[in-house]
Amino acid sequence: MKKLSKDTLMSFVNYGIVILFYIVFQILASTGNLSSTMKGQLIPIVSYVIMALSLNLVVGISGELSLGHAGFMSVGAFTGAVVSTALTDGIPNTVVRLLISIVIAAVMAGIAGILIGIPVLRLRGDYLAIVTLAFGEIIKNVLNCLYVGVDRRGIHFSMNSTGALDLQEGGKVVINGPMGASIMKISSFTCGIVLLLLVLFVIQNLIKSRHGRAIMAIRDNRIAAEACGLNVTKYKLIAFVISAAMAGAAGCLYALNFATVAPKKFDFNTSILVLVFVVLGGIGNMTGSIIAAALLTVLPELLRQFQDYRMLIYAIVLVLVMIATNNEKIRGLIKSIGKKNKQESSGKEAA
Amino acid sequence: MLDYLISGISLGSVYAIIALGYTMVYGIAKMLNFAHGDIIMIGGYAAFCTGYYLHWPVWLAVLFAVVVCTVLGVVIEKLAYKPLRNATSLAVLITAIGVSYFLQNVALLIWTSNPKAFPNMLSFIPYVNIGRIQITGTALGTVVTCIVVMVALTLFTDKTKMGKAMRTVSEDKGAASLMGINVNGTISLTFAIGSGLAAIAGVLLCSAYPTLMPTTGAMPGIKAFTAAVFGGIGSIPGAMIGGILLGVIEIFAKAYISTQLSDAIVFAVLIIVLIVKPTGLLGKKITEKV
Amino acid sequence: MSNQKETRYVDVPGPGRIPERDKGRGPVLECTHLGIEFGGLKAVEEFNIAVGATEIGGLIGPNGAGKTTVFNLLTKVYQPTHGVILLDGKDTHGMSTAQVNQAGIARTFQNIRLFDKLSVEDNVKVGMHNNVKYHLPSSVFRLPKFWQEEKRAHESALELLDIFGMADLADVKASSLPYGAQRRLEIVRALATKPKLLLLDEPAAGMNPSETEELMNNIRKIRDTFGIAVLLIEHDMNLVMGICENIIVLNFGKVIAKGTPEEIQNDPVVIEAYLGSQADETGSEGFAASAAKEAQKKKAEKEKAHMSEVEEASVDVEE
Repeated sequence: MKKLSKDTLMSFVNYGIVILFYIVFQILASTGNLSSTMKGQLIPIVSYVIMALSLNLVVGISGELSLGHAGFMSVGAFTGAVVSTALTDGIPNTVVRLLISIVIAAVMAGIAGILIGIPVLRLRGDYLAIVTLAFGEIIKNVLNCLYVGVDRRGIHFSMNSTGALDLQEGGKVVINGPMGASIMKISSFTCGIVLLLLVLFVIQNLIKSRHGRAIMAIRDNRIAAEACGLNVTKYKLIAFVISAAMAGAAGCLYALNFATVAPKKFDFNTSILVLVFVVLGGIGNMTGSIIAAALLTVLPELLRQFQDYRMLIYAIVLVLVMIATNNEKIRGLIKSIGKKNKQESSGKEAA
Repeated sequence: MLDYLISGISLGSVYAIIALGYTMVYGIAKMLNFAHGDIIMIGGYAAFCTGYYLHWPVWLAVLFAVVVCTVLGVVIEKLAYKPLRNATSLAVLITAIGVSYFLQNVALLIWTSNPKAFPNMLSFIPYVNIGRIQITGTALGTVVTCIVVMVALTLFTDKTKMGKAMRTVSEDKGAASLMGINVNGTISLTFAIGSGLAAIAGVLLCSAYPTLMPTTGAMPGIKAFTAAVFGGIGSIPGAMIGGILLGVIEIFAKAYISTQLSDAIVFAVLIIVLIVKPTGLLGKKITEKV
Repeated sequence: MSNQKETRYVDVPGPGRIPERDKGRGPVLECTHLGIEFGGLKAVEEFNIAVGATEIGGLIGPNGAGKTTVFNLLTKVYQPTHGVILLDGKDTHGMSTAQVNQAGIARTFQNIRLFDKLSVEDNVKVGMHNNVKYHLPSSVFRLPKFWQEEKRAHESALELLDIFGMADLADVKASSLPYGAQRRLEIVRALATKPKLLLLDEPAAGMNPSETEELMNNIRKIRDTFGIAVLLIEHDMNLVMGICENIIVLNFGKVIAKGTPEEIQNDPVVIEAYLGSQADETGSEGFAASAAKEAQKKKAEKEKAHMSEVEEASVDVEE
């Protein structure tokens, strides 16, 4: 029972961190102590935290490396842009419109997850990683050629140009190929936090259920999991699709915070960025993902005074942290500082 | 039609040379060296600075680029990857990404983000006419270089003692070190060769597509990596075939379907190949012992 | 040690014979002409056996004889190239490993395969996966069905663990268990899938004599409590001769003998097979002597393994 309560405690700590984060920033904002750049960062931070949690579900819990997670984010972003624009007249309440946009964005990204997951999840290891990378690039490329407009007759699509949309008078081009989407900003920090809490709720409940156990069992030992009667593809797909849907929701939240969003915002580098959050926060560790994503999203802002050097510093910090946390000797050194841990390592060697 | 084929093979030859670097490093260190694409870029700049600013002759500029990249590759391996020899592959991957960011940003500081117009270093090669088809000197030079590299590398791994050591290490590190093979030295050598090839690829790439920026290496790097996977990662002929096929598919997709969608088509073909043959065209089947 | 009564056997149609007491239920497993080739190499061929519904069978043979390959064929880790496997009369042709498990075969592995990062209890619950029934929405939104089924799963997991006296280890991470306990956990996990046939691949490997003795009792207890068949691979002759009612001897992928422990011990072909592979060591000693020598060797190894286990266990306590 002791372990169980520890896990449950961690879940509540995670909710607590998020709520605390919300309260602190709300107070800072209302007392005027928040710079406008920081204010502008709040929704991107929340979006990236959701991205990191969702990727951690795939990388940490399901044990598969995905290098194309930004693809799902962009599916959500552009779905959200279209839906929110199409509903502008129908639903004047921005909160309701935002929620509907997020739900539809999540569903579309989830569908993309199914389409990609079914062929991809049969592959293993590095091959799976490279195919997710390829899918991410395909999504970006296709969105680069996508033109979507909305008028009174409904939504129009084209792969050629805005002219081919054949919009009626008063119609609006929502997605303009490589120029991206033009959007009404309707995302709010509060909605983002609610979404984040929901995502956390779903992931934490999933992990501690028969489905989550199955997913983690497959991660730990595929062959033994099969021998226990588990349908490996099914459970990998569940994790992958839930994760894709969450990334879609995060993408929608993110996009609806800006006036324009271009497909190239969600390229390979974004996928890698999120992966870096997950790895630095600790693979499989949700608390770590939250903190790492939040800190690393603001870090470039905090390093603003170093201007040109900031990405260089970021790169060096990344490499140093990876070496420090993964090198056997350095880890051994850290361990031997605590005598309890020292004995543990000698016990492992004996086995 | 034939024109496209030729430019496809030419582009593919560049991918193939880059893919060789990926495949050799993967085969021996079991890691995806994401910084490989950026070594290409550094090679490009090295050749550019010596050839353009200092007016060095082409052969010397290329040689200089090769030396710079070889040294860089070995140094990166020693500083960043060697401490992680026994870490998880994900940790090594992230480190490689960090190195990639590092190289790009160093390049950004030194050469700024303004694109440099790279002089065609293969312009001394005359064009050749076969029937009505004209093959440019650049294309010819690229393909010939690729063939030479391929043959030399195959001979090296098959015939020389060091090459055999390399193959042994890639099969089984533990057994190799028991046989008295210097595993660390062999891995360094692999990085050296891979990085040297990247410099050559950089010069060839920039000669054909003459804009040089800090991000120049990134996309060809990713594509060459998929080419390596396409052909079966770890296999030298696989990298060659994968690279050339990828180049040809890309040029044909650009010519006949859509310029903007060409990358999507290339990646779609990769996915189809992997779904049909999960270890690539020439990859070895891996079976897990139960 | 082999104080149990010889089992009376009856012939059944098909590949073999089963204990008389199982006659009414028919064999749980029948293999006919079962075989597999790897690139022309016949790893197992003409494997014909029947296993009674409550029989404890043993699969023995020198290293590399193809014993584990037989298990891999039965559980469809490898798809057989020849022959038929009938499970409770049902053909398992075309089934996947997971489907075979759902049909009623559970196994353990020679090189232990636990879900390392999960707790002991969760390892067992994964085994119970297909018997714990609630859907994804119940998981995610914690609907009443989730609580009901999880409570039931928790209780039966502890019950199963208690067979091996492991209930107090329920919250320990599987990878930090001592070696012997890991082997026992694998058996519990396999049992949790509610099999009709339990395949144990070297269950006593790395166990000390008293642990082995306990294991033998537990295997009998499992058979009696759950009324299932057990087929085990083991090098420990004391265990094999002590609890197996029927023994199959495999050499170079072929069955060279089948019979009761007594029949096997006196079978000239078996003696030849074992002596042939150890001629230098054992000279002209009899089978029993060679087996005893082997057992002694194993015992020494086990004691060594046990030592490290004890060390490990003491660390676990501190943790």
